[in-house]
Amino acid sequence: MSLVAEADTRTAVNLALRGRKRQVGGMLFRFGLLATLLLALAILLILLVSTLIEAWPVLSTRGWAFVTSDTSSLSERAGVWQGLVGSLILVGFVAAIALPIGVAAAIYLQEYTRDTRTSRILIANIRNLAGVPSVVYGILGLVVFVKALSAVTGPDSHGRSYISGGLTLAVLVMPIVILITMEALRAVPSNIREGAYGVGATRWEVVRSHVLPNAAPGIFTGAILAMARAFGETAPLLLVGAVTGYFSSASGRTPLEVLQGPYTALPTQIFSFAKLPANEWQPNTAAAIIVLLVAILAVNFLAILLRNRYERTW
Amino acid sequence: MSATATPTTREPITPELMRGSKRRHRKERAIRTLFQAAAVLGLVISIAIVLALIEEAIRWLFDIQLGWLWTGGWIPRSNQFDLLTIFAGTVLVAVIAMLVAAPLGLGAAAYLSEYATPRTRRTLKPILETLASIPSVVLGYFALKVINPDLVRQIFTSAGTFNYLAAGLAVGILTIPLVASVAEDALHAVPNALREGAYGIGARRMTVTLRVVFPAAVSGIVASLILGFSRAVGETMVVALAAGATGSAERNLNPLDGGQTMTGAIASLAIGSDQVRGSGFAFDSLYFVGLLLFAFTFLLNVVSERFVRRVRSKY
Repeated sequence: MSLVAEADTRTAVNLALRGRKRQVGGMLFRFGLLATLLLALAILLILLVSTLIEAWPVLSTRGWAFVTSDTSSLSERAGVWQGLVGSLILVGFVAAIALPIGVAAAIYLQEYTRDTRTSRILIANIRNLAGVPSVVYGILGLVVFVKALSAVTGPDSHGRSYISGGLTLAVLVMPIVILITMEALRAVPSNIREGAYGVGATRWEVVRSHVLPNAAPGIFTGAILAMARAFGETAPLLLVGAVTGYFSSASGRTPLEVLQGPYTALPTQIFSFAKLPANEWQPNTAAAIIVLLVAILAVNFLAILLRNRYERTW
Repeated sequence: MSATATPTTREPITPELMRGSKRRHRKERAIRTLFQAAAVLGLVISIAIVLALIEEAIRWLFDIQLGWLWTGGWIPRSNQFDLLTIFAGTVLVAVIAMLVAAPLGLGAAAYLSEYATPRTRRTLKPILETLASIPSVVLGYFALKVINPDLVRQIFTSAGTFNYLAAGLAVGILTIPLVASVAEDALHAVPNALREGAYGIGARRMTVTLRVVFPAAVSGIVASLILGFSRAVGETMVVALAAGATGSAERNLNPLDGGQTMTGAIASLAIGSDQVRGSGFAFDSLYFVGLLLFAFTFLLNVVSERFVRRVRSKY
């Protein structure tokens, strides 16, 4: 950033030449720009603090019990345990499906194809998919997974099951995973590849032993962020039938029956809490939001740490 | 890894030998096919989205009377599907959102790209990243419980419990990180030679930013605004919670009233807040609204992609 130093020197010389007049306009402009960032920070803090204050009665009196209680029609007994477990299962689906397919697609598009018309169309198409509103993915899930495939996804729950929800979220984050992975692969300089080709490695050998290890931190960071996105996604789950009200998890079912059965998720629980009578449920809503935010912000923090630790410039 | 075609053989080198081990080739081809299949899956998914939407939307269009699409307001249970009503609501929320996100996002981008040293950048950038990670349902609640009572209704006492303005402000907050990151990429792509040239003839940093860097990056900035608008159009949970999502007043553009948007209409049809869950014309209208929403955001994304490509080809 020698440019900044040079610019400062120039500004100083300029000031001296003009008789040390203060650049009021320039300073105001600079401060105004900084203020936009500080305003974003302020909004973030207000959001966290006001939610925390709202949630305090629940968090302080019930504490951990709020996290480990099931849903209930009584506000003082309702908790988020089923939602939390449900969200984790859904994220598990995303990790098992969207990550491997997304990374594989990115490797193909970045390492195997030349810059042809077809590959450009494929990439533009994926970019567009990443911009499709999440609620539209919900409609896709409703048509394909809930209705057309209900025999597989949930014969007894009319297709409104973990499997439908998980597949919908996997389809939703896949374009994001592909784009982030492609970016990470692109950042690996080509002389590293050429070194491996030079000693006779095949394309896959180059990718496996040279490109992937160097791109791994970027891919991991992207994967973590994609999981966090899936964890907080609400709208598509409303369409593929996440239970928004009271919900009992029957015991003694096989894992497949559980996955084919009805489900709920933490964000949809927050949505249904928020729609219930305010004064009774508001602390619960806020407390559930705190649980969600703690999970997401922790994961995000991890991703930022990971990136700062392994970030390198070639 | 280990080269199989070793040059230690005494026989003359034949093309056969140069080709290397067959097993290695087979493996290579298999892996390539696997990756290709994964990439094609992306295409399949987008085609599936479009087909699923179109099929259900057309079926719905044949079932209803076309006049229902532009009469009354948006009251699905009594067969009033005035499309202009929810379209007006959508555009209103998105415009309010951009009034927040455009200045804040572009300002943040300009500071990070033109003013911040690498160190301040590393400390300030995570603010935007954290903001980007807040789920929309949380901001919907924030709009309902904080932005509306503590800000909107303090200034405009006539505003209701649910209104477009509070929802639009919250959607704007959600959109800031997207606008900032796309715009910052565009500013970053402006070559330093342009800045140095301006400094060399004595320009100040503000002049360089406003008169040199911004005009040079204008395509990318436009792209960031269009993408932000598209994101705001597709935002669901905030409007479902804070805009009312039941309002049906006809083609209302008063930001202080509650009302419905395209995404809000889909959400409330899906959860059945209009007492129509899973039955009749009302529920199936969500496919048609979904198709319109998809077409609208797709168009915006394609246009913004054009602008981004123009930046790339220039520098």
